[in-house]
Amino acid sequence: MEKPLTQHIVPGRKPLSLQEYEAVGGYASVRKILKELTPTEVQNLVKDSNLRGRGGAGFNTGLKWSFVPMGLDAPATKYLVANADEMEPGTFKDRVLLEGNPHQLIEGMIVAAYAIQANISYVFLRWAYKLAAKEITQAIAEAYEAGYLGKSIQGSGYNLEMHLHTGVGRYMCGEETALLNALEGKRANPRAKPPFPQVSGLYGKPTIVNNVETLCCLPHIINNGSEWFKGLSRSADAGTKLFGVSGRVKTPGCWELPMGITIREIMEEYAGGMQDGYLFRGLLPGGASTDFLVEEHLDLPMDYGSIQAAGSRMGTGTMIILDDQTCPVGFVHNLQHFFAQESCGFCTPCRDGLPWVERLLLSIDKGEGRPEDMLALEFHTKYLGPGNTFCALAPGAMEPLQSALKYFREDFEQHIVEHHCPWSTVWQPSI
Amino acid sequence: MATIYIDNVPYEVTAGKNLLEACLTLGFDLPYFCWHPAMGSIGACRQCAVKVYRDENDKTGKLFMSCMEQVRDNLHISIADMEAKEFRAHVIGWLMTNHPHDCAVCDEGGSCHLQDMTVMTGHNYRQYRFDKKTYINQYLGPFLNHEMNRCIQCYRCVRYYKDYAGGKDLDVFAAHNHLYFGRHEDGVLENEFSGNLAEVCPTGVFTDKTLKQHYTRKWDLTTAPSVCHHCSLGCNIVAGERYGSLRNVTNRYNGEVNGYFLCDRGRFGYEHVNSMSRIRKSLVRTQLPEATDKYKALQAAASAIKAGRVIGIGSPRASVESNFVLRTLVGENNFHHGVSDVEHDLSDLALRILRASAARTPSLKEVEKADAVFILGEDLTNTAPMLALAVRQSVRQQPLLEQVSKAKIPVWQDAAVRALLQTEKGPLFIAASTNTKLDELATATFFDSPDAIARLGFAVAHFIHEESPNVNGLTEQEEALAQQIAMTLLAAENPLIISGTSSGSDRILKASANIANALCAKEKSAGIVLTLSECNSMGLAMLGGHKLESAFEAVLNGYADTVIVLENDLYRRAATDKVKQFFEAAKQVIVLDHLHHATSEHASILLAAGAFSEADGTLINNEGRAQRFYQVYPTTEDIQESWRWLGELGTVIAHDQIVHWEGFEDIQKAIGHELPELKGILATAPPADFRIAGQKIPRAPHRFSGRTAMLANINVSEPKPPEDPDNPLTYTMEGYRGQPPSSMIPFFWAPGWNSSQATNKYQQEVGGALRGGDPGVRLIEPNPMPEAPFSTAVPQHFQPLANHLFMLPLYHIFGSEELSTLSPAVAERIPEPYVALNSADAERLRLEEGQLLHFSIEGQAYSLPVKTSAHIPTGTAGMPIGLPAIPYIELPAWAILNGKIQWKQQHQTTF
Repeated sequence: MEKPLTQHIVPGRKPLSLQEYEAVGGYASVRKILKELTPTEVQNLVKDSNLRGRGGAGFNTGLKWSFVPMGLDAPATKYLVANADEMEPGTFKDRVLLEGNPHQLIEGMIVAAYAIQANISYVFLRWAYKLAAKEITQAIAEAYEAGYLGKSIQGSGYNLEMHLHTGVGRYMCGEETALLNALEGKRANPRAKPPFPQVSGLYGKPTIVNNVETLCCLPHIINNGSEWFKGLSRSADAGTKLFGVSGRVKTPGCWELPMGITIREIMEEYAGGMQDGYLFRGLLPGGASTDFLVEEHLDLPMDYGSIQAAGSRMGTGTMIILDDQTCPVGFVHNLQHFFAQESCGFCTPCRDGLPWVERLLLSIDKGEGRPEDMLALEFHTKYLGPGNTFCALAPGAMEPLQSALKYFREDFEQHIVEHHCPWSTVWQPSI
Repeated sequence: MATIYIDNVPYEVTAGKNLLEACLTLGFDLPYFCWHPAMGSIGACRQCAVKVYRDENDKTGKLFMSCMEQVRDNLHISIADMEAKEFRAHVIGWLMTNHPHDCAVCDEGGSCHLQDMTVMTGHNYRQYRFDKKTYINQYLGPFLNHEMNRCIQCYRCVRYYKDYAGGKDLDVFAAHNHLYFGRHEDGVLENEFSGNLAEVCPTGVFTDKTLKQHYTRKWDLTTAPSVCHHCSLGCNIVAGERYGSLRNVTNRYNGEVNGYFLCDRGRFGYEHVNSMSRIRKSLVRTQLPEATDKYKALQAAASAIKAGRVIGIGSPRASVESNFVLRTLVGENNFHHGVSDVEHDLSDLALRILRASAARTPSLKEVEKADAVFILGEDLTNTAPMLALAVRQSVRQQPLLEQVSKAKIPVWQDAAVRALLQTEKGPLFIAASTNTKLDELATATFFDSPDAIARLGFAVAHFIHEESPNVNGLTEQEEALAQQIAMTLLAAENPLIISGTSSGSDRILKASANIANALCAKEKSAGIVLTLSECNSMGLAMLGGHKLESAFEAVLNGYADTVIVLENDLYRRAATDKVKQFFEAAKQVIVLDHLHHATSEHASILLAAGAFSEADGTLINNEGRAQRFYQVYPTTEDIQESWRWLGELGTVIAHDQIVHWEGFEDIQKAIGHELPELKGILATAPPADFRIAGQKIPRAPHRFSGRTAMLANINVSEPKPPEDPDNPLTYTMEGYRGQPPSSMIPFFWAPGWNSSQATNKYQQEVGGALRGGDPGVRLIEPNPMPEAPFSTAVPQHFQPLANHLFMLPLYHIFGSEELSTLSPAVAERIPEPYVALNSADAERLRLEEGQLLHFSIEGQAYSLPVKTSAHIPTGTAGMPIGLPAIPYIELPAWAILNGKIQWKQQHQTTF
């Protein structure tokens, strides 16, 4: 089984230096595009490969690029930004790539920047990824040294500057337009779309923001072609994907596997199945902002279409498992606490709705819930939907809640009726 | 135009607008918070949600925020859709989770947009069952009260204060539901337009602190349309009264003039009306001044006039009517302008320029649309504040036109437009004697003496049109700058030249006129704005009259012995000694004013005039726009308008013209007859016998309370409501309930809209002109074929004088204007007297910041603490003008230093 993205990553070992990376074929794609391919050809190649954005939305990467104005009429300044602000709860796939092989990211960024003819690029890195920051800083310096960055890369006449920006730890910055505002030194509030960043992005200039994993796929697509990339997958969605599992499984972790592998395979073959004494109840397939899937969904292939058809989203592809000894209300409360805290405070439903939901869940979990609280939770799941709020944060937050209300409703009701959490070992009479 | 379907009914709406604006224009009650007609949309509050359908067959639809949707043809939407309604009600529910529900003790109550929107959405039962958060409020200075607990986080305050008005010290802090809108620490809000926060804020976070001192609910105020008396721009205001005292001033929308905003001097300067130094009763001085009633005062004045040889001194802060009646009473030849002679000449020159120039003088709204601006010698923020705010908007015009359509972003989508344009600004050039607040926006600045500014202006005119005279001896840098300015102005669609009388330099005005004429000769639609010093400086100039100096002479050489001074403190107009000598020489001094001051001390007969809120009148602003202001509340018999006093005097002495005038309109007719240029003032407002459905227009809203009880402590029988003979307004709530003509809107109110947001309902199109057109009549239009378009008065280069400093006047928004300084809130913001000195000069004089500089001007000695400045030219200095603590000096003037000092021969311009 091919694992192009992680082939040179060995846990516990320092990432490859530029020389070592070149020795195993690194930066070949950069030399290739500069010599052989026009930006449009790169765009088309990636479009044909059916690479879909790995940040969660799953939009065709080549298509996304194609909206950037090109040619002589286009603005002289354009930007490429690598979204490395990985803060989705339960998600740690980009971290593997960032810490394990930073040159692969830089190579991918050069390819993407070249495709849209951007001359300035940024890595927007999560604040807490200290090790990654160190490795990327070194890798960028090496790349400049070797002439892969800076003026006239490899004598081609194409220039690209690259900067590392470490955020301050805000989930909101994972949203591409909020990321751009943060990068400009403004509040990390999202921007309205349209205009899309491709037209008016960083500093009002055409900008592409791509996820780290997406960018890491690019060198391999350039080197091996779009058909090869499609062939890696077991489903309609091309390539391999970094899948992760956390929760009470025997061997939680992150693995590069073919797109379309079933949930059960990932859980049982790679994560080793449930820990002894714990039973599976459900899972969030792609991070905290995706809907629960349950037992009946375990044989679904992990790809964008199949998971969506089951009422959830593949998101980042890193699943969180809910077991039978964890209270689903407490589980969801924990997530809502995170989302309420990470709301930027720009739009009303998210700013004031999420804290309300959080307090309702806390209250229910403490045994102080009231029957009408279920209605309050439900109207939030209805009205904090996509389009009603300014960005996707609150709709994402509602996904685990609405599916929990669907699959674990009796647990919520039991809390309210019995005035106590059935999972709590201490009897807490309501006040 | 586009056709849209709202709940299946077709409507014609303007294309290019957003859906919220379109719905509001059509008269729908669609609630909103974060959108503001002057500031556009950001989509934050989510209050204006409607159902949008894909096409006529789509029955499901999807919720969209109407403020973020462009109007397009064949758009199907629903406002009444149950889901949309439920969502809008929930938005209120969310907003209110931490709102204190303290309406009963909140200053905003009764004029609160949040209250209105809550009622509009139908949200009434609180579902949130948890504790509320509380915040610590801040001290924000004398103008605004801060109550953060009421905040609904609509972001309007920071968008207005930072993005629109250019403020630096208000921001949004923290995140999620801990947002805090305030300063980084307690302190005075620095921006000169901060008071608008009270109206921009949809609830009671920012409220008028001066109103709090004498609080009255909006529904209990008697209000009338008025015009601001604190500078020459003539912003439209609503003044509100209860129990005989003026309670507040709020904005009166005029699409052409001030739009939605006022400056802080205009909003908070009103309290001179309630001042302790008000003249409440007329006085006649026999041995001692003695308060007397109206008739005795009239008799005394009449006999003085009959017995004496009379001259009259008019005032730039009195109405056209008052000045005109005085002029008629004393005779055209005996009418003098109560302004300094320099100001007299400059105002006259400005008027002649506007009459003769090929360039049009634009309204403030048109200033906002200028795509290249050149300011000569004016510190607009301090001399004509709202013009500075308009210029601030204009610098966005040029990049906006160029880029927004290319990126296909609608101009109303504010956040997107700002993200696209970033800090990009259109051309703005400022030539001034010292740094101004607009410098931060300028493409290039030029700091030098008034003569050097004029030379630069002449050079620019010459580069635009070779017939305008050449300037010799410019430095290379000056020449390059003049070239750059000339090219930029020529490249613009609507270039604008701004100058004014505050620098005291006729050469700057002439240079400005040359530039404007040069641009017009090159077939540009150029504009020229000239700011004047006071609210009716233009009106006074248009009336014509002699100088103040000649009034002094007339009395001193015995030509006259009786003086009538109209609403004027001559100690602010000429040197103390001269004025004193003048008054002492006069046998009789009749003073009409509403305030005691040094001049009123000399009055042998003092007539109690009404303040602006106690009078009807017309002011002519710097644009030449005549605007009517109305009396707000009735006064006692002892106080009346100056024109009424003078008219009655004329009747008592049987003046052949005045005796035939029966009231305000007769005066206006006589003005139009005698001065055809001013005929337009008759059209500024409907006549006094104007009625709608046989009814007058009420000054008080229908919810006005306590009318029968207000005077019950004096007499339990309710008195007959006082009548106003001068206009069609009543002093009570009786009268026509609908919308009055645009020139006489006493308050903005519509069913369900109690706050100032009701303005929407008075406009033809939301954010556009008032129904029936924006009020005011322009009296001066450009002359397409100027006879002598180019002045040749190019000055020589300024040369510093040894042992002297050329003292320039410096203006302060709070302090330089007479009336507003009597407002306690404004008084708190008046700077201490100082002298501004170039840092290098200060070093040469061995003076540090704060140390005293001793100098004398015209024999008057001064010792003022030094403020060093990098911008004020060497060999010159600046001194704040008009401050209550500094007696009159004619500036600019040479100040003699007490020490010996040699300046560098070749002085330097700073850029």
